[in-house]
Amino acid sequence: MNPELGQVALILALVLSALQCALPIVGAWRGSKPLMATAPTLAIGQAVFVAMAFGILMWSFWINDFSVAYVAQNSNLSLPWFYKLSAVWGAHEGSLLLWMLILNGWTVALVIFGGKLPEAFFSRVIGVLGFVAFGFLLYMITTSNPFLRQIPVPTNGVDLNPVLQDPGLVFHPPTLYMGYVGFSVAFAFAIASLLGGELKSTWVRWARPWTNVAWGFLTLGIVAGSAWAYYELGWGGWWFWDPVENASFMPWLIGAALIHAQAITDKRDGLRAWTLLLSIFGFAFSLLGTFLVRSGLLTSVHAFAFAPARGVFILAYLAVVVGGSLLLYALRAPKVTGGKSFALASRETLMVIGNLMLTVACAMVLLGTLYPLVGEALNIGRISVGPPYFGPLFLILMAPLVLVLPFGPLSRWGKADLKVWRNAFIRIVALAVAAGIIGFIVGARGAYQLLGITASLWVMAGVVLFAIKRWREAPRGHRYPFEMLGMMLAHFGIGVFIAGAILTTSMSVEQDVSMKPGASVDVGAYDFHFSGVTETEGPNYRAQQGTVVITRNGKPVVTLHPQKRTYSGGQVQTEAAIEAGVFRDLYVSLGDSIGDGAWSLRVYDKPFVRWIWGGGVLMMLGGFAVVLDRRFRLRRAVEPETAHAGPEPAAPRKLAEGEA
Amino acid sequence: MNPVRKRRLIITLLILGAVGVATVLSVFALQKNMTYLYSPTEVDAGEAPDAHPFRLGGIVEEDSVHRVPGTLTTDFVITDRFQSIPVTYTGILPDLFRVGQSTITTGSMKDGKFVATQVLAKHDETYMPPQVEQAIAKAEKEHRVPKTDKGGGTP
Repeated sequence: MNPELGQVALILALVLSALQCALPIVGAWRGSKPLMATAPTLAIGQAVFVAMAFGILMWSFWINDFSVAYVAQNSNLSLPWFYKLSAVWGAHEGSLLLWMLILNGWTVALVIFGGKLPEAFFSRVIGVLGFVAFGFLLYMITTSNPFLRQIPVPTNGVDLNPVLQDPGLVFHPPTLYMGYVGFSVAFAFAIASLLGGELKSTWVRWARPWTNVAWGFLTLGIVAGSAWAYYELGWGGWWFWDPVENASFMPWLIGAALIHAQAITDKRDGLRAWTLLLSIFGFAFSLLGTFLVRSGLLTSVHAFAFAPARGVFILAYLAVVVGGSLLLYALRAPKVTGGKSFALASRETLMVIGNLMLTVACAMVLLGTLYPLVGEALNIGRISVGPPYFGPLFLILMAPLVLVLPFGPLSRWGKADLKVWRNAFIRIVALAVAAGIIGFIVGARGAYQLLGITASLWVMAGVVLFAIKRWREAPRGHRYPFEMLGMMLAHFGIGVFIAGAILTTSMSVEQDVSMKPGASVDVGAYDFHFSGVTETEGPNYRAQQGTVVITRNGKPVVTLHPQKRTYSGGQVQTEAAIEAGVFRDLYVSLGDSIGDGAWSLRVYDKPFVRWIWGGGVLMMLGGFAVVLDRRFRLRRAVEPETAHAGPEPAAPRKLAEGEA
Repeated sequence: MNPVRKRRLIITLLILGAVGVATVLSVFALQKNMTYLYSPTEVDAGEAPDAHPFRLGGIVEEDSVHRVPGTLTTDFVITDRFQSIPVTYTGILPDLFRVGQSTITTGSMKDGKFVATQVLAKHDETYMPPQVEQAIAKAEKEHRVPKTDKGGGTP
């Protein structure tokens, strides 16, 4: 297959995306059925061409076509086949193509599942997605063409960056992008509502599953990235507040807020303006994330070589999308707001508090991330803002959220029963304190640790109480609808995450040591015995492989083999060896030979570190579970709007308190 | 005031209060936790803080890396081809730490030596922080020192 065909496919996709943006929106505006009817065809056509371009690039990697510059720079004859294929998104140009492919995937999914939406609204949604696609395709074709040829053709490629030669590359970017790009659906729904000048709560209901899925993917992407950094970068940390991590974390925070805001708008018709605003910001932060990673403006582990044209283009694009959306919002939002009021003590208030803390936390992260850029622009020096800023502030901002979190599900919409709050409060406090005491007996020390355990159990106890309440009060078969199950999973995941984060941070033992073969070191309750280093070989690297025998009280636990690899391109990469467990990870990474036969080694005992990602996985499952709820099955668009905007059908009094 | 207005007022005040507190905290925390990046030239000119930690960025000078035998301590020199600062670091160096490559270290000055607590080398070996690049370009222009190898193509 000819790489030029890929380029032609991209250009055709660009043309189609321009049409996909223009025709349906004009059609919806003019009320022209034939114009609106073009939306599905154009969207699918564009997807076909982008998929073709993607397939051609992948093929070029497969057959080692080093005449394509991008392939030559990111592949190599000896690269294993699965890395060859995932190397497609291993660098700038290809990852943009993946971004586009995923955007088209979401659009096609919308065409398939959203066909029952009102025609004008559907056309506007597809049109907005067309606009997003147009910007990115233009960007690719003008500044980042993955199909550029290279003459003379090298006989072998430079090789894929060794850090990327890892299963993490196969999962992390696609899932992260699924999340980023998935927010474009909520964004398109919001813009379509604003363009149309009306917002029906059922439209928000239709947007909800998409937001939940996108957020679930984003969670997975972040978890995968965190786990990858943990074992691949050889630092043993799981979160560094690096600008690029922040870039993915900001849309995550906004997404979490949006999920709750959408629920309020769907069920109570309230917070409409806020939901619209969050929909816009969720996607804006996704674009900003792409911009931050790709521009190289910030000093970060992900920083790519800086290309001014690329940065300027994305900045301009960001300005058009965000500026335009906010302008539209300012003009139209007053028309679409409204909704039901609620008492101060109500589920809505608690969710608003949660929303507020999430958005403020996002603003805090944004400030710290962009401050170095501002500082440079204002010429007050080259600054970096690190974990000492983000860590404590994030804890402070999340504390109120954790505090109110168990009460949200337990209280009623509109006006909560304070007696229920009091009872729940007593029970949760009792459970959490009891757990804290048990933690103390088991060996937890220090205010930080005890507070952390209590906070974690506070959240989990809240979920358990809610589950018991539903079990008692709801009729069989209606106890845990998927929407509620999703909420419970995600909230429980937060509890698990808190436990993991606090316990890992406070209980880890980390040591850098120099050891000669035969030497031992004690880390925590474990004895690490270093037996020496041997040479070994992989498909495209040579490695020095250490052998470390770990024992506990004289009983063998595991033998680990950390490696220091030298790839065919000459790059050196440390591969940590990890014995993973539910309650603790034992971690060894090999440093350098420091003379006299001695080696430097980094040895960690990291309790509960898996809980961090376990919590994340639970949150992801929560996001996915919600989609299965019957509530979101699209019925025919024949005006079911009014029927569901009202309060839930009169349920028995007892049940109403916990009603979803 | 009717109840709806009153409630709205309370909510608005709550929001404003929360945002206000968060802003004050953020700004306060920012001011306390910023670390500035300096080039060897600036450090030599005495612009870097004495007690406060800062970041020192530049190129690891050729033939300057020495290990103290039997320990994890490494001594090396960071240069912008204009001025050089000796650095000492105890711990495991990152994979991409190499002579002739750019690096950023965090630490503070002690007895004319920069005692680093962290050494960063980025996981794209062709990447150089824009600040370091500028400083080196300037030095190259003024001193006509040999061009620094920045590695291969753009990834």
